[in-house]
Order: sequence, then C-alpha cells, then structure tokens
Amino acid sequence: MSEQTRIAGWTVLLALLVLAPLAITSGRWIEFMELTLFVAVLGQGWNILGGFGGQYSFGHALFFGTGAYIQALLQFKLGWSPWATLWFAIAGGVLVGAFVGYLSFRYGLRGSYFALITLAFAEAFHVLSRSLVAVTEGGRGVALDLNLDPDRALTTFQFNFGGDFLKAYGFYYTILVILMLAYAATWWMEHTRFGAQLVAVRENEDAAEALGIDAFRVKLGAICLSAAITAAAGVYYTQKFLFIDPGIAYGPTKSVEALFAPIIGGLGTVLGPLVGALFLHGLGEFAKETIGLVWEDRPGLDLILFGVVLILVLAFLPRGLVGLLDLAWRRLSGAAPAARKGKADA
Amino acid sequence: MLEVRNLSKRFGGLLAVDDAELTVPEGAIVSLIGPNGAGKTTLFAAIAGFLKPDAGRVTLSGEDITGLTPHDVCRRGLVRTFQVVQPFANLTVRDNIAVGAHTRIRGRADARRHAETIAAELGMSEMLDQPAAALTVAGRKRLELARALATGPTLLLLDEVMAGLNATEIEDIVRVIRGIREAGVTIFLIEHVMQAVMSLSDRTYVLNNGAIISQGTPGEVASDPQVIEAYLGHGASQAITREATAAGGPDA
Ligand SMILES: Nc1ncnc2c1ncn2[C@@H]1O[C@H](COP(=O)(O)OP(=O)(O)O)[C@@H](O)[C@H]1O
Ligand SMILES: [Mg+2]
Repeated sequence: MSEQTRIAGWTVLLALLVLAPLAITSGRWIEFMELTLFVAVLGQGWNILGGFGGQYSFGHALFFGTGAYIQALLQFKLGWSPWATLWFAIAGGVLVGAFVGYLSFRYGLRGSYFALITLAFAEAFHVLSRSLVAVTEGGRGVALDLNLDPDRALTTFQFNFGGDFLKAYGFYYTILVILMLAYAATWWMEHTRFGAQLVAVRENEDAAEALGIDAFRVKLGAICLSAAITAAAGVYYTQKFLFIDPGIAYGPTKSVEALFAPIIGGLGTVLGPLVGALFLHGLGEFAKETIGLVWEDRPGLDLILFGVVLILVLAFLPRGLVGLLDLAWRRLSGAAPAARKGKADA
Repeated sequence: MLEVRNLSKRFGGLLAVDDAELTVPEGAIVSLIGPNGAGKTTLFAAIAGFLKPDAGRVTLSGEDITGLTPHDVCRRGLVRTFQVVQPFANLTVRDNIAVGAHTRIRGRADARRHAETIAAELGMSEMLDQPAAALTVAGRKRLELARALATGPTLLLLDEVMAGLNATEIEDIVRVIRGIREAGVTIFLIEHVMQAVMSLSDRTYVLNNGAIISQGTPGEVASDPQVIEAYLGHGASQAITREATAAGGPDA
C-alpha cells in the first residue's frame, strides 16, 4: 500500500472516529465506542514495547495503575487540579517504566523472564497499594468528590454532570484525543531511527548490537513511551469513574486487556490495537446480545470468547487481523504479496 | 590498525583462545584460518565486544577497546559479521541494510538511500524489497556483509562469508571484498575456502586449539609443517614430505 493510500485511509478513519458520536445518538453505543478506544489506548501502549520492541509484558497494569492512582491521590489528598495532576500521573508511569526497564534490561532479561518480572512488579504494586493504607487508602480505594456543578465540569475534568455536549461526548473525545496522541507517537516512531532500531532489536538483538545499536537504551526508551501512554489511560479511567482501588489498578485484568487487542489485531502494526479492540468488543457485545439472551447471566462469557479468538489468531493469523485485511486488500487490488516492512502496511 | 595482545578466553575448562597475538595493518586484508573448533569465531567475538576476554588487550587505531560493548566497538569503526547469519528476518533487504546505515545516518530516508547505494555496490539491487527470510544462503551471506558495510566501518571482521557458496558465488564475493578494501576499509577475515584465502590475503594467521601456531604470507603459512599437521593430523607433514621425496618431489 502506498504512503498516499495509507494517509488517505488514516484521514477517513480519523474523520469517522471524530464524527461517529454525532451520528450515533444512542448513549449505549457511545459508551461502547469509548470502551473500545480505551482498550485501543491500552493496546497501543503495550504494542510499542511488545509489538515493535518484542518485549512482552504481562504487567502493564503497573503503568495503568500508577497513572490512575497518582491522578486520584494528588486530587484527593492535596486537592490539586486534575489538569495539573495528569502530568505527574504520566511522569509517574514513565518513572516506574524506567525503573522496571532499567532492572530487566540491564540484567538482560528477555522473553518469558521479562514477562514474569513485569507480572511480579504489578503484583508487588498490587500488594503495596493494598497495604500502604496511609498513602493509598488501602483496599477501600480512593473515591473522588463528585462535582455536580455543570459550570465546573471542565475545570474539574468531570464531564458526567456537564452540559449536554460534555455529558454525552466529553469522555469519548477525551479518550479519542489520548488515542490520537498514542497514534502520533507510534507514527513518529515508525518514521525515525529510534523506531527502526527498536524493530531491529526485536528481530535480532545480537545483530542489532553488532550494527552499533545500544539495545539497552532503545528498549528503555520503548518502555518509557509505552508506560506514558498506558499511564494516560489510567488518568482517563480515574476521571471517568472517579474511583480507583488496588484490584482495578494493579490486578491482572488491565495487563491482559492491554495485550489482547494488539495480538489479535496485529502485533507491531500501527492499526492493530484499534482493530483488535473493535473486534473484541464488537464480539463481546454481540455475544451478550445473542448467546447471552438465551443463556442468561453468564459473566465471563466474553472472556471465554476472547480466549478462543486469541487461540485461533495465534494458530492461523501470525500477523493478526490487520494481516488478514492486508491480504484481502492485495487480492482485491491485484497487487502481488510483498514483504512485511519494518512498519505495518495497513 | 588492530592489535591483539595476549588475548585469552576460557569457557569453563576449555581454553578457547590461548594467549593470541596478532596485528592487522591499515589497508590490508588479513585472514585467520584453522580447523573447526580452533577458536576463530571466539576470537572475533572477543575482539568485537561480544565476549569479555579473560586476559589480554585489544586496541583499534591506538585506542583500547577491550571489554567495550559491541555497539561501542561498532561506532568506533569495527564491525563484525556472523558465521551463522543473523538477518532481521521480517524486514526487507533495504530495511536490514538501513539499520546498519543508521549508525552514522539519522534520517530514515537518508539511511534507506544509503542502503540502496550499498546494495548496488554488492549487486543486491534486485533484492531490495524482498524480506531477508526469503533470501538464499548466498543472499544472506551477502546481506551480512552489506549491513556491516553500511555502518561505515574502518575495519571489517568477516566470519566465513563464503561458506556454503558455489564457485561462481565465491568469485563474486572475492571481487566484492577486494572492492571494499580498495574503498579504504581494512579487512580481517576467517575463511575455509583456501583458494580465496590465498588470493585475497596479504597476511595469514593460523589458529589451532586456541593458539596461533603460524603466521606469514599465505604461501609461507601453507608450507609450514605445523600448519599441515594441524589440518591433517600428527605426522602428516612428514608423510607428505616423504611421499614427495619418493615421487621425485614437486621441487626436484
Ligand atoms: N559460548 C560457548 N560456550 C562454551 N563453549 C564454546 C562457546 N563458543 C564456542 N565454544 C567452544 O569453543 C571452541 C572454539 O569454538 P569456535 O570459536 O566457534 O571455533 P571456530 O570458529 O574456530 O570453528 C569450540 O570447542 C567450541 O565448542
Ligand atoms: Mg567459527
């Protein structure tokens, strides 16, 4: 696919995402889209390190939770404005990322060792957030004061009681902006030496080193960028739900959600996480509407489905759904199948 | 240009490189030969920073590079290729070479352009858009060379880039290596293909059981009894001399 086709495709997609809520007036569907974009942000954060860098983390909740907690606690304890706290939340996520990355990469932990160390850190933070009651309020969680004044909806970053527009679309556009920033970061990465070196490290670390790449530094950069995006998802979560507790923040759910979307959508592709998130949540909704009606009240049904999809994708679609779309596109346009480049073709 | 002094590398009980001493003068092609398992690849790895030597010193243009990381060594102008090729399998040939080019070139487009120039020099222009995984053995060996060359080295360490190639391919790559030297890059190579060693090298070192047992021009080395014994086994040298004398001898 040529660069022009790609840019055109992205413009159309962006226009769709910006205009969609104005066409969809059903609150439920906006809610659905919001959740999808949220998962896409988590996924893109994970994808930078896992998909482009080949470092599979099982503990991305670490960065999500840190962002969410800092966002909540600085408001709750110190009464700061949410617009000020969000920078600290993201910086906090990056700091934790740099710390974990420094330890793992300095000591050359790769593959399953890296996955396990991230999982262990997420669990450690889970336990700490439960036990350091004086700082985190422990298992009770942190509930932020609700703002009921529509005029202060913007300054308090609480859109649920805002004016008509904010109430309906405020958080949708918040997460869309975060997603666009995440995508801009990925786009930038793909067009710079840093991105090329990160992919080289994924493909073959020894060869990368032999060719002058400081693999440690490149991976450290990737984990920091990845953590920043994931922490931003945490900021969104805190503002949207005005509540965070140890399980939500550091439990395994967010870590798993973060890696499902990109793996199913297409590892190391720009579009993968969004496609994966759309597919997964579409499937989840579909299951609720159909199987769920007949076979009532089975929480976890969607998780079973996700698991099945994951297995199918791993077995049959090494390049994920994006790879499938790419193949279909080539068939339709009659182009010969070409190599996967350092970047996604989609 | 490259000086190796008293370098030793031990793997547990095995002394893979034993007190090696060698010099690669600027602008030369120097070769390192020796039977399988002699320690040649290990010596390269220790020079290029992939293994920490247990003893000894490596200097590049007068600078001590002992124990530096491989990427540091590469940035100082010494780059190695791998005997077992290590392509970035999912990337195209162009992007593979561009990774090397990024050592000295920041911009993506400039690095890709430089990759195309290097590919053209090595006769790989046709393959630019192929994924590295789709290349033949000869193609992969050449890609190793191209990537290394793209980093803009002053000294190139080539580990058996001719292994597995047919006669025409070997001729090709010998020409390529000569061209690289003419462009001002010093070359230190490990090779089993003797005809290539003889025709390319200004100087040859022979490694056996980790130790350098002979050195000199390729001709001198090839007639060194110690070298013949190392390759063919104990007593081989005498046997050959005896037979040669009995048959009237090549020099007689
Ligand atoms: N990483 C390693 N760990 C243990 N032994 C090794 C390692 N690498 C090489 N060796 C051993 O060191 C010796 C020299 O190997 P190598 O340098 O590959 O020889 P050559 O390249 O001359 O064929 C061999 O006996 C080999 O088995
Ligand atoms: Mg070897």
